[in-house]
Amino acid sequence: MASASIRQRVIHPVQAILLASILPLFLGALLSDWAYGATDEVQWINFAAWLNAGAMVFTGFALLWAIIDFLRSDVNRDRRSALALLVLITTFVVGFLAALIHGRDAYATMPAGLILSLLTFLLALAAVWLGFSTLRSGAAR
Amino acid sequence: MKATLLTAVALACSLSACGNDPDPTQFGPAPTLPEKQRGLLPSMTIADPAGWGDRRPVVPQGYAIQAIATDLKVPRQTLLLPNGDILVAEGKGGEEAPAMRPKDFVAGYFMEQGTSPAKPGNRLTLLRDANGDGTYEGRTIFAEQLNAPYGLALVGNQLFVANQDALVRFDYRPGQTRASGPPVTVARLPAAINHHWTKSLTASPDGRFLFVGVGSNSNIAERGIEVEEDRARILQIDAQTGAAKPFATGIRNPTALTIQPGSGQLWAVVNERDELGPNLVPDYLTSVREGGFYGWPYAYWGPNPDRRVRPFKGEMVGRTIRPDYSLGSHHAPLGVAFSTAGLGARFADGAFIGEHGSWNRDTPVGYRVTFVPFRNGRPAGQPIPFVTGFQADGKTFGRPVGVTVDPRGALIVADDLSNTVWRVTPTGPQQPARVASAR
Repeated sequence: MASASIRQRVIHPVQAILLASILPLFLGALLSDWAYGATDEVQWINFAAWLNAGAMVFTGFALLWAIIDFLRSDVNRDRRSALALLVLITTFVVGFLAALIHGRDAYATMPAGLILSLLTFLLALAAVWLGFSTLRSGAAR
Repeated sequence: MKATLLTAVALACSLSACGNDPDPTQFGPAPTLPEKQRGLLPSMTIADPAGWGDRRPVVPQGYAIQAIATDLKVPRQTLLLPNGDILVAEGKGGEEAPAMRPKDFVAGYFMEQGTSPAKPGNRLTLLRDANGDGTYEGRTIFAEQLNAPYGLALVGNQLFVANQDALVRFDYRPGQTRASGPPVTVARLPAAINHHWTKSLTASPDGRFLFVGVGSNSNIAERGIEVEEDRARILQIDAQTGAAKPFATGIRNPTALTIQPGSGQLWAVVNERDELGPNLVPDYLTSVREGGFYGWPYAYWGPNPDRRVRPFKGEMVGRTIRPDYSLGSHHAPLGVAFSTAGLGARFADGAFIGEHGSWNRDTPVGYRVTFVPFRNGRPAGQPIPFVTGFQADGKTFGRPVGVTVDPRGALIVADDLSNTVWRVTPTGPQQPARVASAR
């Protein structure tokens, strides 16, 4: 299997699923926050809180995966993977702050909730972009 | 997921300035109202229950306290019957209030830790001291299979019970130890969601009407304003027809009602809103004005707006009545009873307040029975702790709920954490001369 190093895999399918999942969830949270601010309809802020919570579950697992992947000695990485990890960590931290803000009652979530949702979504976008464009090559199996 | 959340809560505690909530002078008619504040997490200190062991609640010198019933099933309010018997309402409601947000699961888990694990009885227990020696040797189940009974009132030969979903009536004759049949429904009560489920109750002096306290369905309308349509108010219900009309509105959670002897005036203790800081908003004792609006959810303690509420109705802010007397923020008053001479000169003129105790501030407050002195029918002076010692060494042994005055000289206190009914009695000289001269 001497030629194994030729086969390059950008991203493992499981990590691809985890990363891909956070985008629509954080986007949904952002849109729900916006809808609450625009309509005063309280159900939107409940949606925002749940969508954020769902996104945080996937972000948590994606982060776990990325950290383990980063620490593996048998994987060659480019410099982007460090940046990808850093952005993913930031996404998690800001997303967590957004979760706490969404624990407030009714309009006490605003405008901080909307701003944090926007930030989280942009960070998630960057994290997914970097995560999918990181070159890595595994050792032979 | 849960482990993640718990870690998250612990982490955020460090972000919410835990352990920093000085207690301002916040009692009486003009409490200090600090700026609103809310960290990333609301401050929380949940009661850590423990058994009483050899301990007892602490009462003033010249008084004694004893447990007259233990191992009850979550006792809440008590009612003194004409022959001296005591009825105890036991139960727990609000279980159908759905968790709407991730927060509700987390907060619900923590708050459950500070309550009794006992299965709620959903019944009325009758306690009897046949020979008047202060030992309530008689104990029968007066009625059971009720739906979270809370408020109790006797009008002539009719016993009214406020379940969490309906006002019901039993026939009662003096000496009865067991209801003669199932109750008759007088009126349905607002019960959808039932976030604040306790339906407090008292009868008008002439017995024509029942007053029923109906708590709000949320902290500050975060479940939507639609579900608050018939909430946060005191209803006046015709005892015969069951016809109901709102007597006062915007009164967030009126947890106990009573009629002032002499004046016939309705008084209430009310639990105010959370998450505005450790010293907002003061819970209060107030005379209740017919047709009055007490602010919830738009304003608190008179015209102080709470803009967390959307859609916000600015015109309601100016209409908000300032309550009579602040009992302090988060003290959670759940019982009120006017005193009589039988409790000794120092505590003869005023009202006893059962304070269940705080959960959403770092330094616990409440967890005691206080006495608010009155003069000329109005509160006058600082509250005096009357029964204390419910907390010590970081543990909580009991949480007072309903208080009832026995004019023969006793205060009855229901404790829904240790599932006990306590009885406080004067034992000897209560320093009457000194108090008399002080006035």
